[in-house]
Amino acid sequence: MATPASVRVLEMQMLLLKRIWKTNLTLSFLQPLLFFLGMGLGVGSLVNDRPSSAEALGGIPYASFLGPGLLATTAMLTAAGESLWPVLGGFKWDGTYEAMAATRLTAAQVVRGQFLWLGVRMGIAVGGVAIVLAVHPDTRSWGIAPAVAAAMLCGLVFTAWITAWAASREYDTSFSNVQRLVITPLFLFGGAFYPVDSLPDVLRPIAWVTPLWHGVEMCRGFMLHTLGGVDLALHTLVLVAWLIPGWILCDRFFAKRLYR
Amino acid sequence: MKRFGDFEAVKGIDIDVSPGESFGFLGPNGAGKSSTMRMIAAVSPVSEGVLRIFGLDPAHDGSAIRNRLGVVPQADNLDGELTPLDNLIIYGRYFDIPRSECIARARELLDFVQLSDRSAGRVDSLSGGMKRRLTIARGLMNRPEMLLLDEPTTGLDPQARHVLWDRLYRLKQQGVTLVLTTHYMDEAEQLCDRLVVMDAGRIAAEGSPRELITRYSTREVLELRFGAGQNADQESSLIGIGERLEVLADRVLVYADDGEAALREVHNRGLQPESSLVRRSSLEDVFLRLTGRSLEE
Repeated sequence: MATPASVRVLEMQMLLLKRIWKTNLTLSFLQPLLFFLGMGLGVGSLVNDRPSSAEALGGIPYASFLGPGLLATTAMLTAAGESLWPVLGGFKWDGTYEAMAATRLTAAQVVRGQFLWLGVRMGIAVGGVAIVLAVHPDTRSWGIAPAVAAAMLCGLVFTAWITAWAASREYDTSFSNVQRLVITPLFLFGGAFYPVDSLPDVLRPIAWVTPLWHGVEMCRGFMLHTLGGVDLALHTLVLVAWLIPGWILCDRFFAKRLYR
Repeated sequence: MKRFGDFEAVKGIDIDVSPGESFGFLGPNGAGKSSTMRMIAAVSPVSEGVLRIFGLDPAHDGSAIRNRLGVVPQADNLDGELTPLDNLIIYGRYFDIPRSECIARARELLDFVQLSDRSAGRVDSLSGGMKRRLTIARGLMNRPEMLLLDEPTTGLDPQARHVLWDRLYRLKQQGVTLVLTTHYMDEAEQLCDRLVVMDAGRIAAEGSPRELITRYSTREVLELRFGAGQNADQESSLIGIGERLEVLADRVLVYADDGEAALREVHNRGLQPESSLVRRSSLEDVFLRLTGRSLEE
């Protein structure tokens, strides 16, 4: 039986992962564990003792508030880390995509394989966070499974846009600015660490249009069992609305670059 | 025709390659060889004109054409971190060849390109010649009807080139259609049944190596060296010897069917070249005749 082309592209990436999986898996658990301990428990001990802060969080411990957000931010950070230099490198430095383009694969299939690969990378990273959250009593929840799925959808949006950006660049000069000026601010202002309501009025709408905030809200809603059907539909809709043009751009840029 | 913005890389070429034939594009860097090859490989759209590969139009059936082609690009794009065996298997998988079949073909091809004993190490540890052989093996994973080789031996040492030629010659004997570009005369003469000489995006001549030499050169060539800076001064005293003279910076070429006779005539005229050499005409001479330039300058 024929194997889908994107899976066959993924097989190549998985072979490379086989070389580094031990480090990769260890880091995937260690990093969220340290982050969660540092922020959730450290900052949490400050926040939980202040009645006004506890009220702003809706009466839950800070760790319960922060934990779900980490699922979405981790997916975003993984997408950014794995879609900037590795994608440009696939075109420019190691010729991976050029080799694929010479076969019967099409540009769209190469793109889908790349997305699938990012799904694996994000799955490992987000899975690491999920395990840490499942262990801690403040964040243990049956909602963690759909929350992981929501984080992955959110990460896929970033994968698509960042991959499109990298595929359309001739040089990597802008990449560190993408990290500094796009990813880091989103990370800080996307509602993962504090409610967006605490931001000044002018900044709040920015959070509402960014995909990360929707991802964070979905994860949190699933894990705290506060997500209504309408909110779920709206968040999903916004993320899909972001995903589609990013994906189309990827297809276009890959085709243009591989078959010029 | 192939345009990149205002630049016309390939201005107009008209060729047909038959199944089982070994066909070459000969020309200096920048002649448009690689652009032509990329169009034939169905990875670069034709700006103007008609291109059919296996009777199919690459604009619509690119994937189907590439499925029947083997490609050996000029720059190795193997995965350096993987083993030779894995490189072949992964590439075979791109063509949706079942994994077990990929492994069987990969082992067979590693044997063919004499790399069986290196199948488990990293590709990064292979020499340039080995990498090129591995790239050829990779290009054969889908059992292509036609193998495209873009400057297959550029950058390789003489021994590695001969090993590679031997493998390509075997493929040719097995009936694989070979299409290659080269700027090496000896390579074209060894491997091509028929070739075109390309210059500045156009075809300057077409034929078998022997035909081209017969048509554009004499049987033999006498090479005379008169010392630095003095070659051009000797031209007038050499006129009339052989059929034609070509004065280069470092030597004068006298085109004659009998090189030894021409050399005797040079001596009879009292000329004293520092060194002289009689050789058979090569495609280098054909190129020089057609373009007025040396190929490997």
